[in-house]
Amino acid sequence: MTTPLISDATGGLKTGDTLLEVENLIMRYKTKQGYVSAVEDVSFVLHKGEALGLVGESGCGKTSIALSLLRLQADNGKILGGEIRLGGENLVALSEDDMRKRRWQDISMVFQGAMNSWNPVYRIGDQIKEALDLHWPTKLNRAETRQRIGDLFALVGLPSDAQDRFPHEFSGGMRQRATIAMALSCNPQVIIADEPTTALDVIVQDQILKELKKIQADLDMSIIYISHDIAVIAEVTDRMGVMYAGKMVEFGATSDIFSAPRHPYAWLLLSSTPSIVGPRRQLAPLEGEPPNLLDPPSGCRFNPRCPFATDQCRVEEPPLQDIGDGHQVACWNYEEVPVGITAGGVV
Amino acid sequence: MTDARVEVRDLEKRYPVQKSVFRSAKDFIHAVDGINFKIDPGKSLGLVGESGCGKTTTGRMLVKLLEVTGGEVLLQDSGEIIDISHITDKDDLRRFRSDVQMIFQDPFESMNPRRTVYDTIAEPLTVQRIGTVPDREAKVAELLNLVGLTPAESFMFRFPHELSGGQRQRVAIARALIVDPTFVVADEPTSMLDVSIRISVMDLMLKLAERLNVSYLYITHDLAVARYMCDRIAVMYLGKIVELAPTEQLLTNPMHPYTKALLSAVPVPDPTYNRPPVEIKGGISKSINPEPRCRFYDRCPMAREDICGVNDHPPLEEKAPDHWVACYLVDKQPA
Repeated sequence: MTTPLISDATGGLKTGDTLLEVENLIMRYKTKQGYVSAVEDVSFVLHKGEALGLVGESGCGKTSIALSLLRLQADNGKILGGEIRLGGENLVALSEDDMRKRRWQDISMVFQGAMNSWNPVYRIGDQIKEALDLHWPTKLNRAETRQRIGDLFALVGLPSDAQDRFPHEFSGGMRQRATIAMALSCNPQVIIADEPTTALDVIVQDQILKELKKIQADLDMSIIYISHDIAVIAEVTDRMGVMYAGKMVEFGATSDIFSAPRHPYAWLLLSSTPSIVGPRRQLAPLEGEPPNLLDPPSGCRFNPRCPFATDQCRVEEPPLQDIGDGHQVACWNYEEVPVGITAGGVV
Repeated sequence: MTDARVEVRDLEKRYPVQKSVFRSAKDFIHAVDGINFKIDPGKSLGLVGESGCGKTTTGRMLVKLLEVTGGEVLLQDSGEIIDISHITDKDDLRRFRSDVQMIFQDPFESMNPRRTVYDTIAEPLTVQRIGTVPDREAKVAELLNLVGLTPAESFMFRFPHELSGGQRQRVAIARALIVDPTFVVADEPTSMLDVSIRISVMDLMLKLAERLNVSYLYITHDLAVARYMCDRIAVMYLGKIVELAPTEQLLTNPMHPYTKALLSAVPVPDPTYNRPPVEIKGGISKSINPEPRCRFYDRCPMAREDICGVNDHPPLEEKAPDHWVACYLVDKQPA
């Protein structure tokens, strides 16, 4: 086995260099009632070695972005605009065959609920072998494959001989570790982790998140975390984006957004998250329901639920603008949003 | 029984593990293994723990969706005490059914898709033959207003698919409350809802508890939610309650090593906060014929073989005022 665990496929990128750029991405699903605008004009940059979080509620488009990055969106979903550049190359323009070669080798994904999608009648190792057979650049022989899977298992904290076991012999946490090992199998530059710990108990969640953090540091890996749980995002990411109804409404350093969220939605999201630390506070409810994306509201998509909405918000869509230090907000009235509110709720 | 609304004594649920059709079972899964607690009128007890700890089984026994295999569940009904686990009398059964109700986890599965909101909410009245049709309609409208689905007329004849998750859970709450229950078991009622909607449903339940003096058993895996909802919290591990205390007391001064591990594993929505390390060993132990020792022995960072390994599971004792812990190694604190 000559290929090292730490890949050098990034062409000598150093920590902090731009690895993946998403620019003005538009992805819509075609339905009988019309187009559902799932991802609307989203741009962000992922740096080498960075953990980036995408947070938002169900239907906000965070998983749609992830699937677009791999070009694995459902058949009725189409990337209608924008570019996804990995190392300068636009993935959107690639042919399906070329894209297939990039998947798993360049970008891989830990799918939501993947720990429950292991085939029960095959050994775990044989299922990971399938990914290696399809996506590893050279053909590996039996011993090399076993060695490789053993190395991957060591990386995620599983015993090497666990590859001979069947999925039912694994606990939920072990299955999720194996899923992560599979995502790592072909030395990707980027891993997308979609709700990697949602179905797990807190103690196991803690172990898996620690493992991911360690892998990220050891391999200088770039990870995109997708979660509805802002507490998880707070713990594992360096920078984060808050999504609402297909739009990126706020983007910046995780610590900046948590200490002073500027978009009213981000502010309310943080204010409505209970915590076990700090004084118990009354939480702020968010009135109303997310909009129907077949026919999103005009102007700012958050305006019907926004306590700071003005006439301008109902007509004109706010651009994502930089308000300093790479902190971006898409809101006309971000200066109205109170400062000094922390997660746990309004005082 | 004092003036508690619900009292659970040595409650137990064992499932036989059938190895052969021709032999009676010798092995049992101890899903709930002798637990005790009380809930006062208008108060809520949070039952927290990891999956498989027995919290849902406990909730289901309290509403008689599961038969108990040992112990008793006592319910106070206008001064009288009914043992709801061993009801034989038909009248008692009827009273129990209007006293105790349940709210389920999944608002998408707990409702019949072919029945309207009115049918769903009025069903307990129909089944129990309470009131006339106009009475029932008035009562359903009143409850829809109470749970914030207004105007009631516009919601009454909708089908579940025409409602959002938050609205469905409000319907589920209305259905539970229509018979004027005194005790409601809520099994993860907000875990399927998005954060922004979750708060309004939790606030609604708190408001109703206060206004209608309902007692809750609130089952959840989310300690932050339990903190927001409950007056007291009981932590379960492998069928046992290992710690029970008033909410803030439990969070600020956890005594049982499992509670400590659980609390330190909960992610905190504050990037500057450093959680203490989670001190726990290995994976969850088996609940089939558990060994006669502390259930947490295999995973406990401070377990002592000469004490915890040789004695049966420790009893739940009051180690500090109203702070109950089941651990040999936790000393009684002076009052």
